[in-house]
Amino acid sequence: MTAVAPLLEVDDVSKRFGGFVALDGVSLTVTPGERLGLIGPNGSGKSTLVNCLCGALHNESGTVRFDGTNVNGMTAHQRTRLGMARSFQLPRPFTSLSLVDNLRIPLIYSANVRRGSHFTAAEIEERCGELLRLVGLDAKSRRLPRDLTQVEMRKLELARAMGADPKLLIADEAMAGLSHSEIEDILKLLDRLNEHGITIILIEHIMRAVMSFSQRLVVLVSGKKIADGNPQDVIRDPEVERAYLGQ
Amino acid sequence: MRSWLFTVVVIVAGAALFAVSRFIQNDYFFFAGYVVLQYIVLSTAWNILGGYCGYVNFGTAALFAIGAYTSVTIHKLLVTSRIYPVSIPELIIIAGVVSAIVGLGIGYLTLRLRGAFFSIATLALAVVIQTFITNWDYVGGSRGAYVIRPQTAPLVGSYIQYLFLVMLVLAVLSIAVARLIERSRLGYGFATIRDDEIAAEASGVPTLRLKLIATTLSGALMGMAGAPLPYYVGYLDPASGFNLAYAVNSIAMPVIGGTTTWIGPLIGAVLLGTLQQWVTVTISSAVSLLIVGLLLVGFVIVAPNGLVGLMRPLFERRHR
Amino acid sequence: MSFPLDLLINAIIAGLLLGGFYAAVTSGISIAFGILDIVNIAHPAFIILGSYIAYIVNSQFGLDPIITSIVILPAFYALGAIVYQVYYVSFERRGQEALRGLAFFFGLLFITEVVLILVFGVDYRYVEAIYIGPTLHFGFVDLPLRMLIPCLVSLLLILVLQVYLTRTFIGRAIMAVAQDQEALRLMAADPIRIKRIAFGISIATASLAGAFLIVIQPVEPSVGRDYIGRVFAICVMGGMGSLPGTVIAAILLGVVESITATFYGPSWAPAVSFGFLLLTLAFRPAGILGR
Repeated sequence: MTAVAPLLEVDDVSKRFGGFVALDGVSLTVTPGERLGLIGPNGSGKSTLVNCLCGALHNESGTVRFDGTNVNGMTAHQRTRLGMARSFQLPRPFTSLSLVDNLRIPLIYSANVRRGSHFTAAEIEERCGELLRLVGLDAKSRRLPRDLTQVEMRKLELARAMGADPKLLIADEAMAGLSHSEIEDILKLLDRLNEHGITIILIEHIMRAVMSFSQRLVVLVSGKKIADGNPQDVIRDPEVERAYLGQ
Repeated sequence: MRSWLFTVVVIVAGAALFAVSRFIQNDYFFFAGYVVLQYIVLSTAWNILGGYCGYVNFGTAALFAIGAYTSVTIHKLLVTSRIYPVSIPELIIIAGVVSAIVGLGIGYLTLRLRGAFFSIATLALAVVIQTFITNWDYVGGSRGAYVIRPQTAPLVGSYIQYLFLVMLVLAVLSIAVARLIERSRLGYGFATIRDDEIAAEASGVPTLRLKLIATTLSGALMGMAGAPLPYYVGYLDPASGFNLAYAVNSIAMPVIGGTTTWIGPLIGAVLLGTLQQWVTVTISSAVSLLIVGLLLVGFVIVAPNGLVGLMRPLFERRHR
Repeated sequence: MSFPLDLLINAIIAGLLLGGFYAAVTSGISIAFGILDIVNIAHPAFIILGSYIAYIVNSQFGLDPIITSIVILPAFYALGAIVYQVYYVSFERRGQEALRGLAFFFGLLFITEVVLILVFGVDYRYVEAIYIGPTLHFGFVDLPLRMLIPCLVSLLLILVLQVYLTRTFIGRAIMAVAQDQEALRLMAADPIRIKRIAFGISIATASLAGAFLIVIQPVEPSVGRDYIGRVFAICVMGGMGSLPGTVIAAILLGVVESITATFYGPSWAPAVSFGFLLLTLAFRPAGILGR
């Protein structure tokens, strides 16, 4: 059996803020099409890891390889154009642009680069409409983000990440504070995306969601990876129980 | 409206304005009109970086003065020494290139910084540039330099009418450029930088590159607006070139008019420019500047989207 | 040819004294910008205002400028509180402090300068006090009292501020409000009130700084503009919000400026501070005693 080349290789990544060590030699790999869950207590470095992967922060040591390319030193927009997209924990929509224009941005600045050619106006309309329908926001396409509810903003956030036509989507706590049915909505959406071949890293506190969604689970505590494997095995790991679940 | 059509409309409007003005006998109209048109260019230029991208530049006076001093330098190099009679359009182009380069340099040094640091840095650079020019004796240092205006003007009769025409062309150019940017991919990119730069980067927008484009373009236009100044006044010294009035006006006019579209700076420049001309003549220039300052603070607090923002609900209601 | 060592030493000494004064001038910005993240570029305007008030009182009643400035401290504190309230309601609360807040302070700076020009004209104004004029001499070393006294009082001011910020409850709350507003709320302290107090203190320092300024040099309305670059340069170099860092950076700047002025002429002085600022922003945004 031939091994599939990993989509994402994180090798011994460390990040400090002054004297504080946020990430301490974190390594992991993600294979194409995988559903990886990333959990850990507050302050364990999950968001820092995401920021280092996506280029919002630069790690002092270690390398990150995406799709075979070493992305160290690349800016965030370059990585997005390679195929790495993320949603933000606290939604950051473009407040002066309508929903459809919010989705236009990744299309005309990332997806076109990945495709190698510009989209026509008709294609942009179509693609944006498609994405809005996917998240159930097409009725509000011309509205501004300030007219959206919390969960709608989360969906817009995911739709915008999708607009960049990514191979890897990192969903950073997209479900915090949502109701049961809203969480189901988001999970179904992520499911559908994964079926289309998109690799997903789900960062969450909501254990039920993470357990049902992930094929593999990684646990981060105090900047170190303490577990990496089958979700059922990981949550029974005594160290994980002590460090995280026991809290 | 398609962009090329808009450009045609603006050019036609400008031509019509000039045709009408030919019937005006009073030279004062052209002197005052020149100043207002100059402010249209400066406000529109400032707004490309300030309104569209959200980066407040306090160094307008520096880029404007660089344009003016480029003219003086070339005038001394070529005209006074009778090597080549440089015309104003040529000076404008050269000044535009020089200011573009300076704008690019300023951007390169400062645009990696957060918004607030960028603004402070532009203030710092403006002072550094002013200090250098004040100490540069070739252009007269702090004493200033004289520029002899030619006796006759090409194309039209009096020289002031010629300068008016030149500035009118620049105003048309800057408005066309601003409108072009607004509806383009670049304009969308600028808006994302203003709204949320980090999210913009995450969406694939090359923010640094776009910001550099904005500063270069903005700087070029400001420099071009400054190039004819020595001919307008006949004299240039650092006090007049780096006059704080330029810095305040180039910020106040877009803020008061409205920073999100090309119309805002135009309205702001026309209204505030004519107001200042009137107050300067009837009361004093210091009072006119005071009024600008008060209006700036007032609008920023009460009507942050400017006059355009105040009028927008009226249009939307009518179209329903 | 002998190197003018005595000139150099006097330039350094003048720079040290100047640096102490610069530290007081910057202390307000260290609080407003370093701790509260408010880009108050109008701070020099408040300082000049303080200078002119000291001038009026001094020319009418002959009162010592520094004493005057201490007396009007409460008025400046109140002014600061009002300005912050306007700033908070109009910008900070709406999250629009980037463009609007800057424009607001720039407007204030501008209005203050123009009003001063209208009222006082562009002539230089100066004050008279017993320590303006005499100079202490130690060999070839000159210590002008008009620079020594403000420097000493400045350092005293910094000391008082540092003690206040580190030892009192409100002082520590001010330091904390920059880091974590939520934690502050949990301690039953209102972050907005704390920031208002802090900004009030920031403007109050301007009153003293203004008196120091007019003691050291004659003042006219546009003098404030030179100080914008200085205070932000020192604040950033000093590591934002760190008062000890501010003192070190201020003295460093003062010495370099003084040496430059002595050997290359005073017209280059503004470029020095702004140049420092640009260098710091380019290479070490965290400052000397960085955060």
